[in-house]
Amino acid sequence: MSTVASTEPGTRPTPPAGAMIGRISGRRVFVDRLATVLVWAAFVLALVPLVWILWTVFSKGYALLLDAHWWTNSQARISPRREGGGAYHAIVGTILMAAVTALIAVPIAVFTAIYLVEYGRGRFARVVSFMVDILTGIPSIVAALFIYALWITVLGQAREGIAVSFALVLLMLPVVVRSTEEMLKLVPNELREASYALGVPKWKTISRIVLPTAAGGIITGILLGLARIMGETAPLIILAPYTAFINNNLFDGNMAALPTLIFTNFGNNIQPQLDRMWAGALTLILLVLMLNIAGRFVARFSAIRR
Amino acid sequence: MKLSRTARLGGLALAGSLALVACGSDNNSSSDSSSTSGAAASGSSSAAALSGSLDGEGSTAQKNAIDEAIATFTQNNPNAKVSYNATGSGAGIKSFNGGQVDWAGSDSALKTDPGDGGAASETDAAKQRCSGNDAWNLPLVAGPISVGYNVQGVDKLVLTPSVIAQIFLGKITTWNDPAIAKLNSGATLPSTKISVFYRSDESGTTENFEKYLAGAAPADFTAKPSKVWAGKTGQGAAKSAGVAQGVKSTDGGVGYVEWSNAKDNKLGVAQVDNGGGAVELSAESAGKAVEAAQPAGQGNDLRLKLDHATKTPGVYPIVLVTYEIVCSKGLAADKTALLKGFLKYVAQADTQKGLADIGYATLPDAVLSKVNTAIDAIS
Amino acid sequence: MSSTTGRSEIDASPSGDLAGSTRRIGDRVFAGLSVGSGAFVVVVIAAVAIFLLVRAVPSLAHNQADFLTSRVWNPGGASPAFGIADLLWVTVISSIVAMVVAVPISIGVALFLTEYVPARLARPFAAAIDLLAAVPSIVYGLWGAYVVLDYLDSVQTWIGDAFGWIPVFSGPGIPNSIFAGSVILSIMILPIVTALSREVFAQTPAAHKEAALALGATRWEVVRTAVLPFGRPGVISASMLGLGRALGETIAVLFIINVVRGDFSWSLFTGGETFASRIARDAGEFDTPEKTGAYIAAGLVLFLLTFAVNAVARVVIERRKAFTE
Repeated sequence: MSTVASTEPGTRPTPPAGAMIGRISGRRVFVDRLATVLVWAAFVLALVPLVWILWTVFSKGYALLLDAHWWTNSQARISPRREGGGAYHAIVGTILMAAVTALIAVPIAVFTAIYLVEYGRGRFARVVSFMVDILTGIPSIVAALFIYALWITVLGQAREGIAVSFALVLLMLPVVVRSTEEMLKLVPNELREASYALGVPKWKTISRIVLPTAAGGIITGILLGLARIMGETAPLIILAPYTAFINNNLFDGNMAALPTLIFTNFGNNIQPQLDRMWAGALTLILLVLMLNIAGRFVARFSAIRR
Repeated sequence: MKLSRTARLGGLALAGSLALVACGSDNNSSSDSSSTSGAAASGSSSAAALSGSLDGEGSTAQKNAIDEAIATFTQNNPNAKVSYNATGSGAGIKSFNGGQVDWAGSDSALKTDPGDGGAASETDAAKQRCSGNDAWNLPLVAGPISVGYNVQGVDKLVLTPSVIAQIFLGKITTWNDPAIAKLNSGATLPSTKISVFYRSDESGTTENFEKYLAGAAPADFTAKPSKVWAGKTGQGAAKSAGVAQGVKSTDGGVGYVEWSNAKDNKLGVAQVDNGGGAVELSAESAGKAVEAAQPAGQGNDLRLKLDHATKTPGVYPIVLVTYEIVCSKGLAADKTALLKGFLKYVAQADTQKGLADIGYATLPDAVLSKVNTAIDAIS
Repeated sequence: MSSTTGRSEIDASPSGDLAGSTRRIGDRVFAGLSVGSGAFVVVVIAAVAIFLLVRAVPSLAHNQADFLTSRVWNPGGASPAFGIADLLWVTVISSIVAMVVAVPISIGVALFLTEYVPARLARPFAAAIDLLAAVPSIVYGLWGAYVVLDYLDSVQTWIGDAFGWIPVFSGPGIPNSIFAGSVILSIMILPIVTALSREVFAQTPAAHKEAALALGATRWEVVRTAVLPFGRPGVISASMLGLGRALGETIAVLFIINVVRGDFSWSLFTGGETFASRIARDAGEFDTPEKTGAYIAAGLVLFLLTFAVNAVARVVIERRKAFTE
């Protein structure tokens, strides 16, 4: 009687005693081992820039972050060429603009993905999908120019934080739509069919069964989108110039943000500015990191195990 | 239900981050009293502290100077919020004409030629922005443009406008070229290749440098001065700081940067011989160039015409004057007082002296008194 | 029994309660929201497209030079002449090099995270790679410009010495080169390609893998025969997304790659500008509608480029019907 082969990936089934099947040829073993080495090497190679960049930003930027003033004070009344002040105005600005962007973009994106996967059929669905593809291709600078022309030239408004949020919505939408769409497509059909068989209406099926199943991946997509837009500098430069003062009002006046804080301090090789630049970069990374970790936390709790 | 748990967690995170918004302070009392314009601060003549908010935009060349001035000015006037966004002269003028900022900083005065495609000239557009009143160009910050270099073993370098033009246009390619050696008879110049760095972005610094070359070495530099660097040799780096960094990190590098950037990056600064002997760059020698400038505007419009081909000894000829472009009338009442106070502060003799420490030239008294008259006339 | 992922056949033709006017309110509202969101996207794109065209066409009409083949860029003044040949070359070559560098490594990492990693370490390692996506592009620009350039310059010199006879690697290089920019770009797109590839590889039907194992395959052969073919469309789609990202990257390129004018060179080791970096660089000087139109025309070309890339990706996906068990 032959022994039952184990089906765990990665283990070779042991040939039954006395079987005619010989051992695996040396060449195949070599190729297998080579593949393992290469794959491990790829991973290590991918980690190198990550560690390097995090180490660089951390080592150059941590000093200012230890100062309590960094987190509570703005740059008001501080000459940029001197030390002092903090980044509160930039931190709050970044968070506010990102929050408003997500608030606008995520519902639209998720519903668009739902439309494409669950409802769409025929020409309109193809057009919408086509349009999302186009949206993926807009460079941030062009999105910023469009909002500039729309909000400022045509509507006559001033340059303010909300305009940046609109531009960032354009950039976040396609990322979230595509990743949500992929996730929704990967939800097995049996779940939907079982739900319909029990008489659950379509909208409940989608919101209670399909979405939670895909939730982990959707949240990852949202986070990738947020991470991307938090670092976008071009819309900020055009639509909401930097100011050293605190401004919590998205609808009035210049608003500071971490990317523009970094950009303003870039280039001048004076120590206080270099310090501020790296500290701002570290703050931005920490902010995004916190979002990432929080997101994984949420995803772990809410995802229905597949 | 799992969904409501998610919602609760999410709500918690949101509330937490909103709480962060509530605590923060603009109150940065400066602890260092060693600010160079600190002396001026105590002598400030404004009796009652000014308040309100003011936004300016424009030239990057004067950014360092304006930032310093804003820092000490807002310390003396804690209720005032002044911000200056250095996006470039063109962007500044555009925003000013569009009514988005209260004043613009520009490396050249408002143009009087009509714009492309029949659009209004900058002067006319500004007049429209000021509700029919003229806009004035007030020179407040003078920044020398230095020819920064990084050549091993060379501490002193003398160049003439013609040689400068040839270097930047790629006609002279090594440092030990006879044309350069002739001007520097004492020094041993290495055979390193010359690496030219220029501004890749549109810039008033480029325009003024080109104006100088066109005025002082017209035989060598024939292009029409514009904000875009005309040469084809070398590399373009982002902003003066990028150029300075490029020069600093390349042996044999040379570039044109504002003096403050050259100082910050510790580049060698070339002495310029415009025909009256080699002149070292200093606040005084650059200031003399502004002193010799001819007024080209009427009344309180103080645009200046610099003489780039000057042969007067002791004058450093490559100077950039940034104008603050303001409405003579027509700015909102609450902002007018603040604007006048701020401009007067920058025009103060002490402030100007302080600017010299960070790489700017001091404006001569003759010019400053005219500027003060004009500021007083703003209403 | 096989079934398609995505929509079920059941609700293709609703009947009974779902048919006709007895649709529940919830269904109507939900469907309305979904269709509305889709329509919003269409309207936004239409608005952007119309705006871009309206602004670009007058400038193109006045253009004295051939837009697609000229290397001159003088959009302002009385007789504007501008062409995008340089921009097109630099944009395309930098993005392709970035993709060529990033995709093999991404596939390797994705395989590692799905097939080779010890089970307990899977999540932390995956999180580590996702961290690369968390780094904003401006920080990549800073790190690239201040820290990595010297190292990349040494690599560049080595490649130039060894392979200098190939036109792409020829000539004396500058540290702030297209090559340096491409390497940084590849690091930036790596996490995107990896994350999506990883998701796709993880969805490989266990039955396929088990079938391969039952036939006596080694781990690599399982990957080669079951995982990679199943994931190929997903990987291509992920690569295209990465390519699109690289095409449009603005700030990092602005900080790292220096501008070089002068004669055209095939070399990667010289400088240049991409569409995005030139538009961003000159964004402060959009004095007149004509001049702005030239830049918008350049932006349009970039747009079309990225769209073409995405279209190819879609074709690849559609050609293969999704199947699962």
